[in-house]
Amino acid sequence: MGLLSKKDSKLILDPLADNNPITIQVLGICSALAITAELEASIVMSISVLFVLGIGNVVISLMRNIIPSKIRIIVQLIVVATLVIIVDLVLKAFAYELSKTLSVFVGLIITNCIIMGRFEAFALANGPWRSFLDGIGNALGYAVILIIVGFFRELLGSGTLLGIPVLGDPIEKTGLYSIGYENNGFMLLSPMALIVVGIIIWVQRSRNKALIED
Amino acid sequence: MLEHVELFFKSIFIDNMVFATFLGMCSYLAVSKKVSTAVGLGAAVIFVLAITVPLNWLLDQYLLQPGALSWLGEEYADYDLSFLSFIMFIATIATMVQLVEIVVEKFSPSLYNSLGIFLPLIAVNCAILGGSLFMQSREIPTLGLATTYGIGSGIGWFLAILAIAAIREKIRYSNVPPALRGLGITFIITGLMAIGFMSFGGMLTGGDEEAPKEEKTALIEKELGQEKEVLVAEHSRSNNIKVTE
Repeated sequence: MGLLSKKDSKLILDPLADNNPITIQVLGICSALAITAELEASIVMSISVLFVLGIGNVVISLMRNIIPSKIRIIVQLIVVATLVIIVDLVLKAFAYELSKTLSVFVGLIITNCIIMGRFEAFALANGPWRSFLDGIGNALGYAVILIIVGFFRELLGSGTLLGIPVLGDPIEKTGLYSIGYENNGFMLLSPMALIVVGIIIWVQRSRNKALIED
Repeated sequence: MLEHVELFFKSIFIDNMVFATFLGMCSYLAVSKKVSTAVGLGAAVIFVLAITVPLNWLLDQYLLQPGALSWLGEEYADYDLSFLSFIMFIATIATMVQLVEIVVEKFSPSLYNSLGIFLPLIAVNCAILGGSLFMQSREIPTLGLATTYGIGSGIGWFLAILAIAAIREKIRYSNVPPALRGLGITFIITGLMAIGFMSFGGMLTGGDEEAPKEEKTALIEKELGQEKEVLVAEHSRSNNIKVTE
């Protein structure tokens, strides 16, 4: 990271692990759980959040001195809603099938707590460049968890990754299926997302004892 | 009347906000450490959903839907403002929350004291916006049904947060592995509760109603051709994660 000073690169790297928005700050859980049955949907969702959070943080940061603090929530909501409408229209135009899978969850980026949380906690107090880095960092931290969950749910649930069968053909009994492996259809159900995230938290906190709650 | 009852129970149990669609998870996890605060927030959510869902229904019906502006005159019948729905819905919610806060403070200080701190939080609760968006995507036909849907989803959310808060109060005395304490175990408990709530899936239709098969179901059927998988996919359909209506 020759481009960035040490402090700046910390803004990006911290949310990836030790200050992860989902597992540590507990922000933005709703969408993380609902759309992770397929890896592709998780990736698209991550990119949408990256876009909204990156740009939104800069916009709010530029306006931070002129927003009256009493109505700041409404101002923030309008900024996010505008960005989300852009994302929604782009998805509908170029990836219609996928936008149907994501259904209302694209709209729910507006109330995704990561976005409001970062606006409140960071963009209102920092300059545009640092806010941009913070937005990118947190969106990447969100993306990491989404992609891990999506990867395991799709691999174990339907034996595919991004729709491509990787474990062989379950009907012809090739690949892994020839030795009696079965897809675990349970992984496709929504409750399993919660349990997978629970396990990620477990692994992360066992590796870093400082994060353990009492 | 029957359809009201049906929608009411459907929105509480089958399409439970927390367990079926994961809406409002953030505040669900953050405010569920004590039963008393959980009850406060839950009540505020019911209150706000009961107001904003019908309001947004009116907005959707007479302003946003394709052709909704025809009441203005023939020449407006082609207008489609549905791309504005996110911004309109969230603006309505934010203003309503503010308004409700002012009104409650003026007329019922005791209610304000119990709900007060939670009301501003609610504007950014996904359950509220989610209620309106699901109302729109499921095309709920009348204002009355929209109100029922709002109240029902609110009660569903209330029950969920009440249950998890009670469990979290109890689990403090259990010997949970250190790394799972707090957030981790809450996630896993919620997952188990969600599996439990899935059993409400066949409650209303009783299994005799043949709903149109979703693409996803057909796809899984084709790929796997196994009875078990079909069953699972049907579950996820009744769970309504992938809304196709």
